[in-house]
Amino acid sequence: MTTAVEARGLGRQYGGRWALTDCSLTIPAGHVCGLVGPNGAGKTTLLNLATGMLAPTTGTISVLGGVPASGPEQLARVGYVAQDTPTYAGLSVADHLRFGAHMNPHWDAGLARKRIEQLKLDPKQKAGKLSGGQRAQLALTLALAKRPELLILDEPIASLDPLARREFLQTLMAATAEQELSVLMSSHLVADLERVTDYLVVLVGSRVQVAGEVDDLLASHHLLTGPVRDASALPAGVEVITESKTGRQSTYLVRSTAPISDPSWVADSIDLEDLVLAYMGGATAVRPTLASAR
Amino acid sequence: MTWMTWRQFRAQAIVAGALIAVIAVVLLVSGLKLASAANAAGLSGCHAGCAADASNFIDSLRGGIYQMLFYGGIGILYLAPALIGLFWGAPLIARELEAGTYRLSWSQSVTRTRWTVAKLGIVGLAAVVTAGLISLMVSWWASPIDDALSLGGTNGPVGNRLSPLVFAARGVAPLGYAAFAFALGVTLGVVFRRTLPAMALTLAVFAAVQVLVPTFVRPHLIQPDQVTRPLNPAAIDTLEISGPDAQMTVLASANVPGGWLLSNQTITPAGHVFTGPATQACIGPNSTACTNWIGSQHLRQQVTYQPASRFWPLQWAETGIYLALAAGLGLICGWRVRRRA
Repeated sequence: MTTAVEARGLGRQYGGRWALTDCSLTIPAGHVCGLVGPNGAGKTTLLNLATGMLAPTTGTISVLGGVPASGPEQLARVGYVAQDTPTYAGLSVADHLRFGAHMNPHWDAGLARKRIEQLKLDPKQKAGKLSGGQRAQLALTLALAKRPELLILDEPIASLDPLARREFLQTLMAATAEQELSVLMSSHLVADLERVTDYLVVLVGSRVQVAGEVDDLLASHHLLTGPVRDASALPAGVEVITESKTGRQSTYLVRSTAPISDPSWVADSIDLEDLVLAYMGGATAVRPTLASAR
Repeated sequence: MTWMTWRQFRAQAIVAGALIAVIAVVLLVSGLKLASAANAAGLSGCHAGCAADASNFIDSLRGGIYQMLFYGGIGILYLAPALIGLFWGAPLIARELEAGTYRLSWSQSVTRTRWTVAKLGIVGLAAVVTAGLISLMVSWWASPIDDALSLGGTNGPVGNRLSPLVFAARGVAPLGYAAFAFALGVTLGVVFRRTLPAMALTLAVFAAVQVLVPTFVRPHLIQPDQVTRPLNPAAIDTLEISGPDAQMTVLASANVPGGWLLSNQTITPAGHVFTGPATQACIGPNSTACTNWIGSQHLRQQVTYQPASRFWPLQWAETGIYLALAAGLGLICGWRVRRRA
């Protein structure tokens, strides 16, 4: 497959402040990729650079092999659901579909109409009167019906209630299966991401901390618990991500491609949330039990 | 793009259309009566004694409904470009930036440049057409008065169409103002990214330009005519004596029919502005003695003015300047949109 997003030394300055510095990453196409990181890591800036809303101050970014927003064809290949899922408050649902049809040569009117019916949205309803979940669904419909190759979503579910969140992700999943499109979605709701993503990028302070297919990442990360020892006692070939010590035992979150066979350590598998939190912030947050033990 | 621009502009267009319709009805009904009044005064196809007839007609307007409508029409033509800049220009893109919807419209399969050009082009054209329609209606309504003034009627209660106040409400100039005010509003909206500050600033800048241009630019768009002739003591209409050293100001009347008087000075044979001092004859009660003394000073009257025939050349020149300013602002706006966010 080709590359969905490729950034090299990418930076963006607002006034005097750098929102993103020297960021390099590669996201292959054909995945539903989750982009996670703490607030201020540069996620929104990165996505705005990928959609061409912003131009880079330094470095380069290419999306599906092209320069973002460089022309109508490039714009047509990328769908964007921006943060807070903007829609025109004074325009009706039907007006939004007409807007999409007028602005996109590959517009799929049948798909848009079908989705609006499935969502049970009243075409005459003004977008400003829709609930947050409905508005997000409308924004997603607009992005999907333009038939993009890559769909970029910036915190699309952050402000939705759990039910709307679930419905949104279900729609997204169904669409990615039907339309064979790549997805790049930022979120801080790791539990929700876990259900839908198969590729993960953790961004902290403009740096990619870890990136890879979710299955590979989970298979290669282990939580080792054993008597108090320092890191040199760990099996050979493991990379320590976080560590924490209590009076009686040490806990290490390690990365190792080989299975852990040393009997002096108890090896546990971890879930995506543990993984993300470990790369984002350190040991304190790895497990609630550990946090309380300190 | 065209559809979306129209869809977003529709409500404003309907309001403008309704206002224009109301103005049109008022002007049509009263304008027909005004035209027949001018006919009755013997002004249409007038060949002899026209100046007197015209003066009588102009004088008959004093304090009446037509004088009010005359200035009302001017008021509308001053207001229209400002309102266009405020309500069509400033929110055009600022509203998208404010509400975040620019991220929706700029991620469709239309480049940002095309999007900006379509918005500027379509609404800008509507602005120019609106101003043009109102100017056409007001100019038609006022044509009996404008004609009477150019026939030599003294200005009296209304100004001729070259006078600074009326000039901006006639001919093609309002088209230029509308284009400029619109582009100014859009550009300030893009720069400040907020509708309200952009509206306030648009109003302030546009008002300042509308004061500065007639004061400092318009008189010099075309080199004004200058006439120097012997001062006619019988035509003196201003005579002031002031101060301990009897400073004296003498001005003869300078009627420029249908034109724009820029300056009227009395100069000495040496070429300086005449300031006295006044002789004893002018301080005393005998005005004939004073007039005779003034006549003996070989004073000359120097009049600088734009003649009535310069109306259209000045109109085109000023319109051109405003259109050029509007185009420049449009380029700045397009450049900012390309670079911004």
